Amino acid sequence: MTETFVSFSLIAVYSAMAIYTLAFVMFAVDVARRSAESSDASAAAATGLTSASTSRVGVMAAAAGSSAVGTATSTLTSDNAPRSGAEAARPASPKYLRLAMALTVIAWVLHVGAVVFRGVAANRVPWANMFEFTLTATALIVGVFLLVQFWQDLRFLGSFITGFSLIALGVGTSSFYVDVVPLPPALQSAWLVIHVFVASLSTGVFALAAGLSIVQLMQSRRESGKALKLRFLDTLPAADRLETLAYRLTVVGFVMWTFTLIAGAVWAERAWGRYWGWDTKEVWTFIIWTIYAGYIHARATRGWRGSRSAWLAIVGFAAIVFNFTIVNLFFKGLHAYSGL
Amino acid sequence: MDAPVPQSKIQQPRLGFVGYARFFWRQLTSMRTALFLLLLLAVAAIPGSLVPQVSSDPNGVVAYHRNYPDTAAVLDFFQVFTTYTSVWFSAIYLLLFISLIGCVLPRTKHHFDALRARPPKTPARLSRLEGFTTRTTEADAATAVDGARRLLRSQRYRTELYGDSVSAERGYLRETGNLVFHSALVGVLLAVGLGGGFGYTGQRVVVEGYAFSNSLASYDSFNPGRFFADTALEPFTIALDSFVPVYEQSNKDAIGQAIDYTANVTTTMRGEASQSARVKVNEPLSLGGTNVYLLGNGYAPVLTVRDADEAVIWSQPTACLPFDSNLGSTCVIKIPDGLEQQIGMLGFLYPTTNALSTGALVSVYPDLIAPTLTLEVYEGDLGLDNGQGTNAYALNTDSLEQIAGRTSEADTIRLTPGDRAELPNGLGSVELASIPRFVSLDVHHDPSQGPVLLFAILVIAGLVTSLFVPRRRMWVAASTDKTGTTTIEYAALARGDDPNLEAAVAEFADKHSQQLSVRVDS
Ligand code: HEM
Repeated sequence: MTETFVSFSLIAVYSAMAIYTLAFVMFAVDVARRSAESSDASAAAATGLTSASTSRVGVMAAAAGSSAVGTATSTLTSDNAPRSGAEAARPASPKYLRLAMALTVIAWVLHVGAVVFRGVAANRVPWANMFEFTLTATALIVGVFLLVQFWQDLRFLGSFITGFSLIALGVGTSSFYVDVVPLPPALQSAWLVIHVFVASLSTGVFALAAGLSIVQLMQSRRESGKALKLRFLDTLPAADRLETLAYRLTVVGFVMWTFTLIAGAVWAERAWGRYWGWDTKEVWTFIIWTIYAGYIHARATRGWRGSRSAWLAIVGFAAIVFNFTIVNLFFKGLHAYSGL
Repeated sequence: MDAPVPQSKIQQPRLGFVGYARFFWRQLTSMRTALFLLLLLAVAAIPGSLVPQVSSDPNGVVAYHRNYPDTAAVLDFFQVFTTYTSVWFSAIYLLLFISLIGCVLPRTKHHFDALRARPPKTPARLSRLEGFTTRTTEADAATAVDGARRLLRSQRYRTELYGDSVSAERGYLRETGNLVFHSALVGVLLAVGLGGGFGYTGQRVVVEGYAFSNSLASYDSFNPGRFFADTALEPFTIALDSFVPVYEQSNKDAIGQAIDYTANVTTTMRGEASQSARVKVNEPLSLGGTNVYLLGNGYAPVLTVRDADEAVIWSQPTACLPFDSNLGSTCVIKIPDGLEQQIGMLGFLYPTTNALSTGALVSVYPDLIAPTLTLEVYEGDLGLDNGQGTNAYALNTDSLEQIAGRTSEADTIRLTPGDRAELPNGLGSVELASIPRFVSLDVHHDPSQGPVLLFAILVIAGLVTSLFVPRRRMWVAASTDKTGTTTIEYAALARGDDPNLEAAVAEFADKHSQQLSVRVDS
C-alpha cells in the first residue's frame, strides 16, 4: 500500500513539474509582451507615476511637521493610490498571464496532491527528510504566491516563483529522494508538525518578499535614470511601492520565523535536554533571524531605506536557502535528518 | 531613534571628558549603530557553525586539532572553538544590548509622556494629509464635531477638541509592544546568563536493574553552572527497571531502524514513596525542578571472572559503546585486582551475529537475537595506578601483552550468553552471564527555563503588537457656510506602517455622516 501511494505522489509531482514549466514559459512570455507593450504605454505610465509621487511628497511634508515625536518610520504610501500609471494603461488582463496563472493553479493542485500522498504513504507529516521538506516547502511557496493574489496583484513574480520552485523540486526529486522510512524517536514529536511547518510557511513568505526586493532593486536603478534595458519594468509598480509590499510580507515572515526559533528551542529542550546549544542549525536560524531584524531596523534608519534594505531582504532569503541546502548537507550537527 | 545629526563640523567646540562620553553614548544608542551591531552579530555567528565547538562537539574539536594542528593553533588564539563564549562575540552582543537598553529607557519615558499628553493640534490644511475626504451635512458644526468625537472615542481613540475640530490618536499599544519586545530581549539574555548559572547538567549510564542517586559522586560527568551549589541537587534516586526498544520489522527499507525507546524507571524522592515512571526521547521525566532525559542506550554484558581457584573476583556489567546502527559495540573490561596479573579485555559485541565471507563478524539487527561477544585478552600493567585519569572506554595497550587474540597464540575468546571460557596461562575463567541493556541519562536542572520561556512569549506578543497594531492620528474639522451647510473634513496620519489607513478614514467618514443625517432626519 505504501508503495502505491509513494508512486502516486511521484507521478503527481512530476506532472506538477511539467505544468510548472509551462506556467514558467507563459509568465516569461507575459514579461516579454510587457516589454513590447510598454513602449506604447510609456507616455501614460510617466504621467501616472508623477501624479502618484506628488501626492506622496505632499503627505511627507505634512508628516514631517506633525510627527516629531515617536519612531523614525512613517510609511505614508497608500493602497488606493494608483499602483503605477501603466496598470491603468493595460485594462484587459493579458491572456498569457491568465493562462500562466491557470497553469500554476493546476500544477499546484497536483503538487499538493503529491504532498498528501506522500503523507498518507508515510503515515505521518510529509516533512521529515530533505526530499519531503523540499516537496512541502515548495508547495507552500507556490501556495503563498497564489493566496497573496487575493490581497495584491503580484502575478508579475510568477516567473520567479515557478522558476524557483521548479529548480528546488528538480534538485529535491533527483538528489534528495529517499524512500519512506519510519521516524526515529527524536523526530516523533508534535513540534515536528508545528516547528517545521511554520518554518516552511515563512520560507514561502520570505521568497515572495525576496522576489519583490529584486524587482525593487531593478526598478530603482531604472528610476534613478541608470540605463536598464528592461522595458517590462515600466508596467510594474514603482520602487517605493514594491518596497512597502516587500516590507509587509517580510514582517509577517519575521513573526513566523521568530515563532520557529522559539518553537525549535522548546523542542530542543524536550529532545536533547537543552533549549539552546549553538548547534549549526540553531546558529543559522539565529543568523537568519538577525538579518531580518536588521532589515526591519534598516527601514527605520536614515540612509538605509530603499536599496540597501532590499539587499538585506535578499541576503536573508539567500541565507534561508543556504541553511536548507549547504548546512543540511555539509555541516555536522544534531539536525542530521537529511536521510542522505 | 536617530541621534541628532551632529552640528556643523567646522568650529565644533572642544569636547571635555563628559562631552566625549555623551558623544559616544549617543553614537552607541543610535539606530545606525544598532543596525551595524545586529548585522555584525549575524556575521560573527558564522565561524562557529563552520568549526566544531567545544560545547556541542568536543570530539570534533579534538579531531580538528589532530588533523590540522597549525590552523587549530590560530583558531584557538581567536577562540573560534568556543565562538559563542569568546571575548569578541560577547563584546558584540553586550554592546548591542547596552545600545538596546540605552534606546529603550528614554523611549519608555517618552512613551509615558505621550500617553499623558493631549493629541496634537489639528493641522491647518487637512487636505494635504492621508485619506483626506469631505462630507456635508445640515447639522451645525458643533454637533458634527461632537458626534465625531463620540464616534472616535467608541473606536478607542483619545480625543481633544480644538475649536470646531477634533484631534484624535490611537494605537499607543504599538509603541508599548515595541518596548515590551525590546525589553523582553534583555530579559531573555539576563535569564539565560544568570538563571543558567545556578543549574547543572550531569550524565550517567544506568544498567537495567541498577539505580543511582542524584549526588555529585554518582555522575560519570558533571557540568555545574557558575553559581552552582550542592543544594541544587535534589535528593532522589532513579532505578532502571527495564529498557524497551522497538525496531522496525516490516518496512524493508528500514529494517532494524529504531522507532521507539522506553525506559521504565522507579523514582524515589527522599522521604517519599517510590513511584513508577517512564522516560522517552522527547518525553523527559520531571522530578521537582530537575529533568531527566533519555539520550542514549546500548548493551552492558555481565562478565563473571573467576580465578584459578574458582573464586569469583569480578561480576558486573560493562557498558559497551555502539559503533554502528545495529548496535555492534566495543567493550573494555579492566580487572586490576584478584588475578596474578592485571587483565584487560577488549570485546566486540554483536547482538544479532552474522559472519561475512571473510569470516569477520557483523551485527545485522540491533535486538538481541543471536548475540556473540568476542574477547581479546591482555595482561600486564593497566596503567591505573599512576594517578592519571584514564578513559574507561579505551584500553591503553602500551604496557600490556596480548595473551588471547589475533596476535597471540591463543585464539580470541567467543562467548554466547551462559558460555564460559578458560583464560590463557591458567589465570582463571570468564563467563558471559547475561546481556542487559543500559541507558545514558542526562540530568538537567536549569532554573532559567521558566523565565526564558516567559520572556520568549513576551517577545512574540510584543512583536505582533508592535508590527500589526496601527498607530494613527485622525482629524475631523467642521465649518458651516452662510447657507447653513456644514462641510466636514476628515484626514489622518499614519505613524509607522499602516496599510489600511485610507480605508479607515473613508469608513469613518461614512459612518459619521450617516449618524449625523439620521439625527437630522429625526
Ligand atoms: C538585540 C538587538 C535588537 C533586536 C533583535 C531588535 C529587533 C527589532 C525588531 C524585530 C523590530 C521590529 C518590531 C518592533 O517594531 O517592535 C525592531 C524595531 C525597532 N528597534 Fe530594535 N532590535 C534590537 C536593538 C535595537 C536597538 C539597540 C535600538 C536602538 C537604537 C532599537 C530600536 C528600534 C526601533 C526604533 C524600532 C522601531 C522600528 C520601526 O518603527 O519600524 N532596536 N527591533
